[in-house]
Amino acid sequence: MNFRRLWSPKTSQKIMNVVFVLSGIVTLLILIIILGYVIIRGLPAINLEFLFTSPLESGKEGGIFPMIISSLYVTIIAALIATPLGVGAAIYMSEYAKNQKLIKFIRFGAETLASIPSIIFGLFGLAFFVVFMGIGWSILSGGLVLALMALPTIFQVSEVTLSSIPSSYKEGSYGLGATKLQTIFNVVLPAAIPGIITGVILAITRAISEAAAVMYAVGSSLAIPISLFDPGRPLPLHLYILATEGISLENAYGTAAVLIIIVLILTVSTNILVENYQKKIMGK
Amino acid sequence: MNREKINEFLIEKGLFITAIFSIIIIFTILIFIVMEALPAFQEYGFFRFMFGMEWSPNDDNFGVFTMILGSIFVTFLALMMAVPLSLLCAFFMEEIAPNKVKIFLKPVIQTLAGIPSVVYGFFGLTVLVPLVREYFGGTGFSIFTASLILAVMILPTIISVSQDAIKSVPHDFKEASFGLGSTNWQTIRLIIFPAALPGIVTAIILGIGRAIGETLAVIMVAGNVVQIPGSIFDPVRTLTTNIALEMGYATGLHYNALFGTAVILFIIIIILLIIANYIQNKHGMDIGGGTL
Amino acid sequence: MKIKVKNLNVSFGESHILKNINMSIPENSVTALIGPSGCGKSTFIRSVNRMNDLIPTFQHDGKILLDDKDVYDSKVDVVNLRKKVGMVFQKPNPFPKSIFENVAYGLRIHGETDEEIIEQIVEDSLKAAAIWDEVEDKLDNSAMGLSGGQQQRLCIARTIAVNPEVILMDEPCSALDPISTLKIEDLIHKLKNDYTIVMVTHNMQQATRVSEYTSFFLSGELIESDYTDQLFVSPKEQKTEDYITGRFG
Repeated sequence: MNFRRLWSPKTSQKIMNVVFVLSGIVTLLILIIILGYVIIRGLPAINLEFLFTSPLESGKEGGIFPMIISSLYVTIIAALIATPLGVGAAIYMSEYAKNQKLIKFIRFGAETLASIPSIIFGLFGLAFFVVFMGIGWSILSGGLVLALMALPTIFQVSEVTLSSIPSSYKEGSYGLGATKLQTIFNVVLPAAIPGIITGVILAITRAISEAAAVMYAVGSSLAIPISLFDPGRPLPLHLYILATEGISLENAYGTAAVLIIIVLILTVSTNILVENYQKKIMGK
Repeated sequence: MNREKINEFLIEKGLFITAIFSIIIIFTILIFIVMEALPAFQEYGFFRFMFGMEWSPNDDNFGVFTMILGSIFVTFLALMMAVPLSLLCAFFMEEIAPNKVKIFLKPVIQTLAGIPSVVYGFFGLTVLVPLVREYFGGTGFSIFTASLILAVMILPTIISVSQDAIKSVPHDFKEASFGLGSTNWQTIRLIIFPAALPGIVTAIILGIGRAIGETLAVIMVAGNVVQIPGSIFDPVRTLTTNIALEMGYATGLHYNALFGTAVILFIIIIILLIIANYIQNKHGMDIGGGTL
Repeated sequence: MKIKVKNLNVSFGESHILKNINMSIPENSVTALIGPSGCGKSTFIRSVNRMNDLIPTFQHDGKILLDDKDVYDSKVDVVNLRKKVGMVFQKPNPFPKSIFENVAYGLRIHGETDEEIIEQIVEDSLKAAAIWDEVEDKLDNSAMGLSGGQQQRLCIARTIAVNPEVILMDEPCSALDPISTLKIEDLIHKLKNDYTIVMVTHNMQQATRVSEYTSFFLSGELIESDYTDQLFVSPKEQKTEDYITGRFG
């Protein structure tokens, strides 16, 4: 017998049940408080004018239209570059790579890339794209940095998805005389689309939230960027500047709320999209 | 047919290049960061740079040790807060909660992970800093405030990776334990927790990596004074915030010294990754794409 | 003879799976391959359409002649071979696409672009596979929503659509219920008028019900090959008799 036992097993089970439930509640409360606070404080600032006009007096007045455009711009560039690279790498890993050491090495590479702090990406963006390649502070430089950050996410999610495609699909296709490429493009990839989309949107969500990585690459212009070589100021960077330079608390809350709403919409719509696609290709 | 073979060959090589692209990028990043940092290391000396206590760019003093300590303090305190809560929550979701609750909590964790770090920082700045100022004195910009925000930010990482670890504990273990008349809590404490421990340690290391690498959320609440803090309510400057604060106007050796700060950060992250990988390989587990 | 096998040896890495197989398979007939699991019968049919090529450790020597041409000849295009030698797998494996697209898949990958022709062939194939009546009005639904037996007949339709000469079936009924099994057996009966069918089965009753010829494999060797009636009634080999009378494995 355990003499130091303070409570009987049943009593400690009851106590721990309460502690466990509390941990769940606390986690939920943290989310509700942060989301609720930012959205409630931010909503009054959000209206059509805020969304569709340019800022005045460095953002003290006016809206955030150029920032929305900048955010969309850099994020789309990032996704367009990172998606083929990430999915291509995942296809290589699941369909071609045979050497276990190489596979581990490539995975470790992606893990490392995903683990590099965003501020280091920021410095690299400055040293490589802005200065070395001479692209300058621009939407393109910012988009390229974000593409590098998005790459490992898209790769990792796609690889997991591709390797979970049943080999019976491939056998069926080969059995009909399909080539490897036909099998990959007509059977394997379509079946993996939901997973790949999830990965891409996850990467997009992170890219659109990122400020530290782009702050030294994209510039900080308040104007609407037109060409790829114009500087811009994505939403998170705008929020950072508004808040730390004490320009306008009200507009900062508005910007934060817009950012959160974008992220929420992205997350929810992917879930719905993927579910529908899944239902369609797998029957009910 | 021959052309088809050539096509397939070219595509395979093309895919191979995309596969090693991540590795090419890492080396490029490393080379560029180190190259830009080199002048600072050469002029100032690497050891003086790393272990020097004085950072005053105007007098050409570039010791980052205070910032290294700052990063460690902030991360350590964040872990003290985040680890117990996230482990409890992970076990709750995997072992205790009914399925409905689990399905409800999953997107909660997802959303927590999805909130932009600037928004976390902004929330800290406008809500937590005044609260800390009121209840604990000082300016409110402090190690404690930064840790609080970081704790929330690493919560989803630790929860989801631990969940994977808990999930991978064979069902037989649990059945055997229940079969002997153990309660749920005894089974968790004596059977599942030890079996999942390597995964849980990995989860914590990943959390450490995120906390050490976080920049803007910390900048907004930490006060950023270069000093060895006397208490957890004193302001602090970390490695990441040092870079972000001064990069905007740094020139010459100062500019190089900031890249040097990034090199130190890089080294820390690589060490953490290697530890995580070592644990993973040793215990032959797969943490499903978990990253710092 | 549609297929002639001469001194075929197959191994995967160190393990020698098929040992010196010699056999002939007549055209437009059903040949059943029986034997305990692990005897090499699945490996054998997967050698005929070179599905084993997908396994890196696969090695072989000897010949498999299809219409007197060795399928392992370096001039043979695997794609054409697999078009000529279709395969139905143990577990029904439709693609996660619509019923229509499953059958159309083979046509599309072989370059057919005329939608009218595709539609016609899809319909003909589904009819030939005796599943048309059940899916006629839901061709756009996912094939994954069909029952196991329907899925397997769909897979047969998918195979028929590319107009093969030989159809290999690897225990096509082992994952199905008795009623679905009977439907597939009926179908095999009908198909043999147009195709040469080689079928692996672990079920001896099934072999007697659908095949004209039966070959008995044991531990990688072909023990005996004969008319099905003959083999089951008066086997020449003791090992065959032991197996079919259940004294064995």
